[in-house]
Amino acid sequence: MLIDLLVSALVLLGAAFALIGSIGLVRLPDFFTRLHGPTKATTLGIGAMLVASSLYFSTQSEGLALHELLITVFLFMTAPVSANLLAKAALHLRVRSIAAIPRAFRDS
Amino acid sequence: MMTWLRFPLTTLALLALWLLLVGSVEPGQVLLGALLAALITGGTAGFWPRRRRPGRPWLILRYLWRLALDILTANVRVAVLVLDRRRRPRPFFVELPLALEDPFAIYLFASTVSLTPGTVSADLRRPADDGRTLLLVHSLDGGDAEGASERLCRDLKQRYEQPLMEIFR
Repeated sequence: MLIDLLVSALVLLGAAFALIGSIGLVRLPDFFTRLHGPTKATTLGIGAMLVASSLYFSTQSEGLALHELLITVFLFMTAPVSANLLAKAALHLRVRSIAAIPRAFRDS
Repeated sequence: MMTWLRFPLTTLALLALWLLLVGSVEPGQVLLGALLAALITGGTAGFWPRRRRPGRPWLILRYLWRLALDILTANVRVAVLVLDRRRRPRPFFVELPLALEDPFAIYLFASTVSLTPGTVSADLRRPADDGRTLLLVHSLDGGDAEGASERLCRDLKQRYEQPLMEIFR
């Protein structure tokens, strides 16, 4: 019972943060600010859902459910790398930016 | 032969990965996992860059704990910024000269910056005239405040670069 409540709360929290991440994608003004959405708001969103999943399957079936741990690790390893590559490509293509880009990083 | 013996940490990590993937610790799975881990480590060791081995496990644990807490607060802060209709974010770029030299340590630092409050690491460059590596950091908000970039640089260096320097010494 208590576990059910906890799992529901975590799933709702995760969904809320994933939604906020998507709203951010629409509301933020330029490419570089939008980049902040996928690396943060969604990591906690997915993190909360994974904890919920781990809790649920650990209590419902026998044995610990630890697949979720792997997903978390891979997510945290790959999210910054993809954000970095997107930013690199944007700098190279000179995408419009609200913040001034330092000279050393302007592609000539 | 026996290259995997020189990389016990990698072999163990791969074995742990295998056991987590199959979700059991039966002797057969442990044996199969160990065999695969040894083969993969031995077969790919030649392609890895030489790097320093991270030391001091308790420092690594403290770093990870701090990182987890910061990711929590980062999410809440970004969420508030996104949902507040009256505020427009004031983004800015900062060039951060790195004291770290080990490529793997730099990767960890850049990833940390991307996962924590209001910052994303955007690019990494080494200008021809001096040997230091520059990390380009994009900050989501606070560009209107006096001395914001200096403060951000100092914070990031103190909070994450210092501990990483100690771990990879």
